[in-house]
Amino acid sequence: MLNLDQYASLGAALRDALDRWPNEVCLIEADRDREKTRLTYSDFKETARPLARALEDAEFRPGDRAAIIMTNQSKWLISAYAIFHCGGIVVPLDYKLTAAEHLLLLAHCEAKFLIIEYHLWRALTQSPGFQSHEFKIALVTEAPPNADLSGAYRWEEFRRKGDPVFVPRQREDVACIVYSSGTGGRPKGCVLTHDNYLEQCKSLTTWYPFWPGVRYLSILPTNHAIDFMVGFIGPFVCGACVVHLRTLRPEYVRDAFVRYKITYVSLVPMVLKNLERGLQAKFDELPAAKRFLLHRLVALNKVLTRRRPRVGLSRKLLPQVHQAFGGELLALITGGAFVEPSTLQFFYDLGIPVANGYGLTEAGTALTLNDLKPFRADTVGKPLPGVELRILNPDSDGIGEVAVRSRTVMARYLDDPELTAETIVEGWLLTGDLGRFDGRGHLQLFGRKKNMIVTEGGKNIYPEDIETVFDGLPVKEYCVFAANYLWPAKQLGQEYLVLVLRLEQNQQLTDALRQDIEARNRRLPDFKRVARFVVWDKDFPRTASMKIKRAALADEIGKSLDRAAAVGL
Amino acid sequence: MRTPDQTLDEILSLAAAHFKVPREKLQPDDDFFKTLGINSLQTLDLLTRLEQHFQVELPDYELQGVSDFRTLAGRIQTRL
Repeated sequence: MLNLDQYASLGAALRDALDRWPNEVCLIEADRDREKTRLTYSDFKETARPLARALEDAEFRPGDRAAIIMTNQSKWLISAYAIFHCGGIVVPLDYKLTAAEHLLLLAHCEAKFLIIEYHLWRALTQSPGFQSHEFKIALVTEAPPNADLSGAYRWEEFRRKGDPVFVPRQREDVACIVYSSGTGGRPKGCVLTHDNYLEQCKSLTTWYPFWPGVRYLSILPTNHAIDFMVGFIGPFVCGACVVHLRTLRPEYVRDAFVRYKITYVSLVPMVLKNLERGLQAKFDELPAAKRFLLHRLVALNKVLTRRRPRVGLSRKLLPQVHQAFGGELLALITGGAFVEPSTLQFFYDLGIPVANGYGLTEAGTALTLNDLKPFRADTVGKPLPGVELRILNPDSDGIGEVAVRSRTVMARYLDDPELTAETIVEGWLLTGDLGRFDGRGHLQLFGRKKNMIVTEGGKNIYPEDIETVFDGLPVKEYCVFAANYLWPAKQLGQEYLVLVLRLEQNQQLTDALRQDIEARNRRLPDFKRVARFVVWDKDFPRTASMKIKRAALADEIGKSLDRAAAVGL
Repeated sequence: MRTPDQTLDEILSLAAAHFKVPREKLQPDDDFFKTLGINSLQTLDLLTRLEQHFQVELPDYELQGVSDFRTLAGRIQTRL
């Protein structure tokens, strides 16, 4: 891989990578079983440079912000490289947000350049707030031939001849602004520097290296910190290849493992669980004798890999299982949300190591990772090289808030010095997660100190962000909480949101009110919905400026009501 | 050519069969995540089943923001 210590910016490292491995394949893009694009590093360079030149001609200046809203595909990475080449800042936005949410974040980050897929652009232009937003340049990918682009340009045609000027950046310059949440209220734009990314990349590849020939299957959205790092920067600075699939249908994902002989893949817990279920169902269908033999072989593999993974041996013991994953899989990478230890153990026992980790956008990508020496399903691993972790105010069980100090920690929240000061205290980032270290230096997580949940799909949901959907609800007042914030559980998983209702005097909880709540809840994307509600019989405590004192209210509810008091919606 | 109502009815029948729930339990405006008790990954399975039945290709993004059968039927109808 490139020696990242020699580079001051992502753009410089990526530029050298394109020259270092000209004939290696860096990108494959497939739509279902059809391969659409296959680019070598040299091809990538030839595609990205005319775009960089066109951006330059369109007065894209160093430090300008360009938002990308795209599903995982080659044009995402090509665009990001072109932006870095011009010294710009990439703002990756989650393509699964609604158009209104996109507009809110675009306004917050003040991106004047936008690169977006056609169907998302169409939704954006039809959104009520669109007219008030001015883009200097919007580039739309894959637009149909006669489509009305509402002033945007076609990405495919936005190219200029000539050498684009490479704009050098310094380590402390901003590389990306990544939103960790805040679509409903207070946007949290994590300002991440080139130093953050280069240090994170160096640290991750120390334990999980890439090299030419490695193929990484990119399934997590590229706007997500994990995929941006291990599905773009990491592979590229090592001469490896990224495989994009334009669909997440399980049957095509399974095919891709085999067709492209995938080496690494990152998965959210939901997908991992789905894979486990699929494999388990196949095992259950085996005739009794074969099933018995399989269980014996799995047991043998478990014994032989107790101290460390022995992938070569596991492939020989359980060839059919490994062939189903293409035969060259070295590890499944997971993190970002709670994964049941039994699921992790299931894969490890089959000889497929699982790199389970923990991280947050504010700290780059990952803080801890399983080093597989030996594999542990009950922890989120050890701190990565260069990461210092501390447990603040531990209780009698050693559990306290996890704080981190590392060169991977963001510079600040965009335009929010107050929140930055609350979150980064004397150089330590307060994660809001509760954990402790065991005797072997592994971090175990036990829940969250903050009022938020992380879904099985790896999404951070802050209750404050979704409350607006209940605006105008005919009750005296309401508030949304994470269940584990109301009733601390000292465990991860089973996280859900609870709507707390304070009814008017003499008001009854009628069927009509319930239906109103349900209808509003349905306007939210499925992963953001409130799961339960409780009726609270006291006025909410409020500040002088009439803001709800959430912590005080949560404390009062937690002490007065049992978790079972929350009724399903 | 199917009418929108026929498309909707066929989707309800297919979903009922695929997820093994009684057809009469499904209504056009039902939230299919809730009624069928499925997650977003399982809805992709349903999409594949619908593609095979209607002989159309439905990109994953057609399901984005959709959670009821009627809207889903509308998206499919435009591609028939």
